[in-house]
Amino acid sequence: MTGQDYVEVQGLTVDFDGFKANEEVDVTFLQGRIHFLIGPNGAGKTTLVDALTGLVKGTGRARYGNLDLLSLKSHQISRAGVGRTFQTATVFEELSVLQNLDIAGGVHRKAWGMLRARKGIPDYVQEAMETVGLADLRDRPAGVLAHGQKQWLEIGMLLVQDAKVMFLDETVAGMSHEERDETGELLRRIAPSRTIVVIEHDMDFVRNHADFVTVLHAGKVLAEGSVADIQGNPRVQEVYLGRNIEEVSHE
Amino acid sequence: MSTPTDVESPFLPVAATPTDRRRLPRSSPRLSRDTVSLIGIGVFAVLMLLVAPAVLSDFRLNNLGKYACWAMVAVGIGLAWGRGGMLVLGQGVYFALGAYAMAMHLTLETAGPDAIPVFMILYDPLAPLPGFWEPFRSGAFTLLAVVGAPVLLAGTLGYAIFKRRVKGAYFAILSQALAVALAYLIGGTIKLTGGDTGLSDFKYFFGYDLSDPINKRMIYSITAGLLVLCLLVVWQLYRSRFGELLVATRDAEERVRFLGHDPANIKLVAYVTAAVMASIGGALFVPIAGIISPKEIGAAASIFLIAGAAFGGRATLFGPVLGALLLGYGRSSLSEQWENGWIYVLALMFILVTLLAPEGVASIPRRAAGLLGSLRRPTESRPPRNTAAKETKS
Amino acid sequence: MDSLIAPFLNGTADGALLLIAALGLALTFGQMGVINMAHGEFLLAGAVCAFWTQQVVASTDVSILVALPVAFVVAGLLGLVLEATILQWMYDRPLDTLLATVGVSLALQQIFLQNYPSGVPVEKPSLLDGQIDVLGYAWPLRQVFTIVLAVACLAALGALLKYSSFGRRIRATVQNRALAETLGVATRSVDRMTFFIGSGLAGIGGVAASLIGGTNSQMGTRYIILAFLVVVAGGLGQLRGTVIAAWTVGVVTAYLADWTTGSLAQVITFVLVVVFLQVRPNGLFTVRTRGLA
Ligand SMILES: Nc1ncnc2c1ncn2[C@@H]1O[C@H](COP(=O)(O)OP(=O)(O)OP(=O)(O)O)[C@@H](O)[C@H]1O
Ligand SMILES: [Mg+2]
Repeated sequence: MTGQDYVEVQGLTVDFDGFKANEEVDVTFLQGRIHFLIGPNGAGKTTLVDALTGLVKGTGRARYGNLDLLSLKSHQISRAGVGRTFQTATVFEELSVLQNLDIAGGVHRKAWGMLRARKGIPDYVQEAMETVGLADLRDRPAGVLAHGQKQWLEIGMLLVQDAKVMFLDETVAGMSHEERDETGELLRRIAPSRTIVVIEHDMDFVRNHADFVTVLHAGKVLAEGSVADIQGNPRVQEVYLGRNIEEVSHE
Repeated sequence: MSTPTDVESPFLPVAATPTDRRRLPRSSPRLSRDTVSLIGIGVFAVLMLLVAPAVLSDFRLNNLGKYACWAMVAVGIGLAWGRGGMLVLGQGVYFALGAYAMAMHLTLETAGPDAIPVFMILYDPLAPLPGFWEPFRSGAFTLLAVVGAPVLLAGTLGYAIFKRRVKGAYFAILSQALAVALAYLIGGTIKLTGGDTGLSDFKYFFGYDLSDPINKRMIYSITAGLLVLCLLVVWQLYRSRFGELLVATRDAEERVRFLGHDPANIKLVAYVTAAVMASIGGALFVPIAGIISPKEIGAAASIFLIAGAAFGGRATLFGPVLGALLLGYGRSSLSEQWENGWIYVLALMFILVTLLAPEGVASIPRRAAGLLGSLRRPTESRPPRNTAAKETKS
Repeated sequence: MDSLIAPFLNGTADGALLLIAALGLALTFGQMGVINMAHGEFLLAGAVCAFWTQQVVASTDVSILVALPVAFVVAGLLGLVLEATILQWMYDRPLDTLLATVGVSLALQQIFLQNYPSGVPVEKPSLLDGQIDVLGYAWPLRQVFTIVLAVACLAALGALLKYSSFGRRIRATVQNRALAETLGVATRSVDRMTFFIGSGLAGIGGVAASLIGGTNSQMGTRYIILAFLVVVAGGLGQLRGTVIAAWTVGVVTAYLADWTTGSLAQVITFVLVVVFLQVRPNGLFTVRTRGLA
């Protein structure tokens, strides 16, 4: 290994009773580069992440280190350092911010330690809490957080989990402009040591923060490259009905 | 999804808002919640172990012991259902395991060494003792079975069910089906288990004469002590990381999976613990009540067992215990005077509680306060709870 | 030969009864997601209706024909009342519907028990008194009647769901309530109607049950659990799955009862269904949608 992490997907196909939500997808996610997955609704973006995190069955190969992600169960994938968020923010509403983050670090604990109460705040939890800017809200039940804060909490949980690969599904959807910018900066800060994949519809956000973009359409990879490459790509424009990408992809 | 305009920046300190205050115990702000609960358990222990024996007659104390057995089951239900989200409609199964293990032992002890139980002699004076009865001659084996049998059964069943991700209503009905099936099985095997009439007429309890009130008082104390112990166990579980994880699993199982845990294992621990508590409750019920029959374990009985937890507040520490004690008391005092009325009261309670206070009566003051509060400060409403996470089935 | 044929035919009749009970559940649970534990007691109500009509209509043959619509309406109305008073507040809390209706079921059982401590003595219609010969086994006509009834219920329900505009509205409401509402479907009245029909079917099942075996206050509990398992084992929202599952459960239980004892057969059937659900947690037939996945 060169110290450069990556996830290499080859020929990934997800078949829902004859309907192929992903078909022969080849894509490589590299450490240190913020990789965006875009495409119209139903293109298969979420399904791709679902397949790579064990939520749906897929065929093909998805190599991460010496593991094939497609052959592992969700919790094993997570333990291997691959984390994800969901399209709808799912934090544990009745637990506090601190408890949410702490739970995410539970994997590294011995079973017996689980039966003891928490004493003090572990360093890595404190660190994650500060990185995502929720330190002052640590005793607040997660259910009362604002939408954007929940998304940050989810990212914080991935940090505590020490996820080396992060799939973020429409994380900034529904955020205000300031929140988006802050999220972008947050990603930038944590990106160097991680492989980050973001699913996004908002082209402004993509333009501002993408290092690399993969366009999915009808389950297949339509185009890949920098933001400029993608915007200039005639096939991409065609898929978006000849219209401007921004117009169509804004929900 | 609306974006509130007054959202705080993630990287700037934010002033604490009044919502925080609600989370702290009001009476003594310097004590942590855990400590307050522990003090509560202490008070409860004093009431049950010292005050009750001092003020209650033999008869009343024995009754209280019976309620305490149900309360033990309820504590487990609080853990499995309240915190773990598993609607255990059939805890009668585990109650039965403990109860029948104990009843078989007491029956054999009453019959005397090498003798076979009286009810069996009635059917066939020459029949040998069925093989599965034999080990229950030993008191030690019986005690082992009271704990071991529910671990085995709940462990296997739970493993199979949770690994297949059966949950919600399916789980509830399955567990009830098992209770009904077991009640049928016992009811239909009268020569082996006493059938619908059950097992009764126990004379001795591990050498102690059951007709002596002093010995009955001793059994009460054991029961009350074990109930307090059960409370301590869940108290520790609730404050532990496991407890947090359990609540997390209840509210968003998929999410927990992506934290690298297998939710099945988490639920299994809670389920097995609840089963053991039910079994111990059942075992002690036998010498106290003096009888065990399928009536105490079938669908209706199982529903009575869960009623206490529903009534008192399933997710709270004290709700299930107090609810079960209260319902037990209500059941015996009401059915003394108004035989059939009790069922209607129970039925009405189920309907009203689920309709008006799904978190139990303990939550009514809090909900009322919350309602008042939100009337006064209309801006500070909680966002809607994530209902999608509580899908019936996945 | 008799020992092989008899359980099959008896079991088929039992399965038919179970099917009627399960069809109602398939509608209220499968389509609406409401878990009505009082459904079994609606069966009891049907049996009581059969008894009542016999008090009014002298001819046992005519009375049973009158009892069917009466039981349908009475049980349906019970369902409507239940929906309007309790269930409509809980559509987003399926487990709570279960608990609340457990209360209703307890109360109804108790009412029945107090009024008819030894069950309702429904006289068997004279027309159905005979037997027909099937490969040497004298098959009671009452059982044949049950099967005919089940098939009729199934056909009616199937046609209703598939061809009528009401059926389309049910499906629309089930699949996307909000969208259906914006399209002008009065979802509240669809809910009520669905509940009426589902509960009414239990009433019909009750009439049939009163002809086949004795009735007692525990009858509902027994049927509700089996019927629920049948609905689940068949696959939610899948009528053909429900049919196959009900039939299988009926026949298998009958054979088991023949080989062992009645109560042991019940136990083994329960266990078999549970094991089956281990293997196929989504039942025989599944509709693959993201919502269920
Ligand atoms: N479990 C499933 N069963 C059947 N079809 C499915 C399932 N999950 C997804 N699909 C279908 O696969 C296709 C791709 O869905 P997917 O959610 O991956 O799209 P997406 O690109 O994430 O869209 P969006 O931008 O709306 O989130 C859709 O047509 C969807 O209906
Ligand atoms: Mg998506």
